[in-house]
Amino acid sequence: MKDTFFKRITLFSSYLTIGFLILIVFSIFKEGIPGILKIGIKEFIFGRYWAPYLDTPQFGIYPLIVGSIFATLGALIVSIPLGVGTAIYVAEIANPKLKEIIKPFIEILAGIPSVIFGLFGMAFLGPLFVRLFNISTGLNLFTASIILGIMVLPIISSISEDAISSVPKDLREASYALGANRWETIIFVVLPKARVGIISAIVLGFGRAIGETMVVLMVAGGASRIPKSIFCPVRTMTATIAAEMGETMVGSLHFKALFGIGVVLFIITLISIMLSEFMRLKKV
Amino acid sequence: MKRRLFSFIGINFLRSSTLLSISFIFFLISIIILKGFQVINWEFITQPPKEFMTKGGIFPAIVGTFYLTFLSIIVASPIGILTGIFLVEYSRKNWFLSLIKITIGTLSGIPSIIFALFGLAIFVVLFRFGVSILSGGLTLAVMILPTIIKTTEEAIRTVPDNFREAAYALGAKKSETIIKVVLPVALPNILTGIIVSVGRAAGETAPILFTAATFYTRKLPKSIFEETMALPYHIYALMTEGTQAKSQVPIAYGTALVLLALVFLMNGFAIFIRYKMRRGKKW
Repeated sequence: MKDTFFKRITLFSSYLTIGFLILIVFSIFKEGIPGILKIGIKEFIFGRYWAPYLDTPQFGIYPLIVGSIFATLGALIVSIPLGVGTAIYVAEIANPKLKEIIKPFIEILAGIPSVIFGLFGMAFLGPLFVRLFNISTGLNLFTASIILGIMVLPIISSISEDAISSVPKDLREASYALGANRWETIIFVVLPKARVGIISAIVLGFGRAIGETMVVLMVAGGASRIPKSIFCPVRTMTATIAAEMGETMVGSLHFKALFGIGVVLFIITLISIMLSEFMRLKKV
Repeated sequence: MKRRLFSFIGINFLRSSTLLSISFIFFLISIIILKGFQVINWEFITQPPKEFMTKGGIFPAIVGTFYLTFLSIIVASPIGILTGIFLVEYSRKNWFLSLIKITIGTLSGIPSIIFALFGLAIFVVLFRFGVSILSGGLTLAVMILPTIIKTTEEAIRTVPDNFREAAYALGAKKSETIIKVVLPVALPNILTGIIVSVGRAAGETAPILFTAATFYTRKLPKSIFEETMALPYHIYALMTEGTQAKSQVPIAYGTALVLLALVFLMNGFAIFIRYKMRRGKKW
């Protein structure tokens, strides 16, 4: 009797877990979809102006999508060479003792709350860049990309390292036996073999960067315009939700439009999660 | 000759990217520690803020973060552990197992601001909990759930099968075997996952933005239906609201150091338990 009862509790918990995900999707779409439809799908996605406080408010998220994508690409430009480089160094070159020092350091990085990165960017790195590059504001695409890049570095490096470490040893030995040196072995033998794993790490990093809120909210500057240079302030989808949701009336069109941004964001992250999982399972 | 040059450049590129990553972390942590220590004293930790956050301490934020984290762990742990047990001990290879796996993967990849929207729509508005510790704690609970499930699953999987077989041989039922044999062995590893989740829940800002957090209050929350200050939100508020940047930024650094210390303490504690556990293993 007690035996089936316990089994049922564990099954119930599993239902609950699935239920939470369904509830998340339901709650976002229930508010977001009517908002998007009322504004018009085309106007919502491709509208050039996000101006919710005007007398005739405009809810076009095109500049926000562009802001999110630029900040994310900027972050990847920083984190791919650093993250994959660190992964290769740890897996292929560093001796075991050094490895034991580097890996916890990267793990520490993954545990630092994002608001602390935001503080660092706002109070330290931003003002530093103002003096260094003689620009009007340190809160811009450039600063946000660097900090965001450092934030996603641990994801990219840890998953890449797993992929690199799982390349069979015989392949390396065969390469050395044919006269290749260490660098050539890494470039022509190890990396091609670990390619899929590394790409799936980058896709996962992309998903994390595009969904990150606090850093871009604090550091990216918050102008909902399409940036003309890397030193222009930008505004992302996540930052818009975070900055404006507190001041909206529950149920207003602005409220629904912010949930609409949530829908778009959810779909983008879902695609990146699926893509990354698919690649890891398939190992094409 | 050319080959050796390429090799030299390549290897050194890898070395310098590692060095750069590590020095950035080192640099960031040093800045927080150096600037944070300038404002931290006994009063800072035990007193409420004064004069619109330009003076005084952060005690209500520490208490608020404690409440939020505690509530989220209390809610997420049983659900997470039981789901983990189901995954290892009861599930069969079928569509339902795949569904749970996909759910966990998706939950752990959803941006924190989406959890904030979910918490707002469900707990604050639909359940009428309002902006409160309860709403914020539940939102955080759903967010840390996948981590707890995954660590529980891994922890239970590492328990050797002979333990289970021995229990069965002695006539134990399956539930007895799990509760009295498997769980005690897996417990330290499960605890590690929970402690790491504590660190994560304590540091998250976005999910509590519009479900639990408030900018300035001198009082401590009296019940879970009240809004609260919290450490991560306090840092954000100090940097973006108010007008006295000169006196607010140092307090933000101080708050960041307290939060960072809390998170590191949790992670260190988790590593310690894992280490102890590994040494104690005799099979």
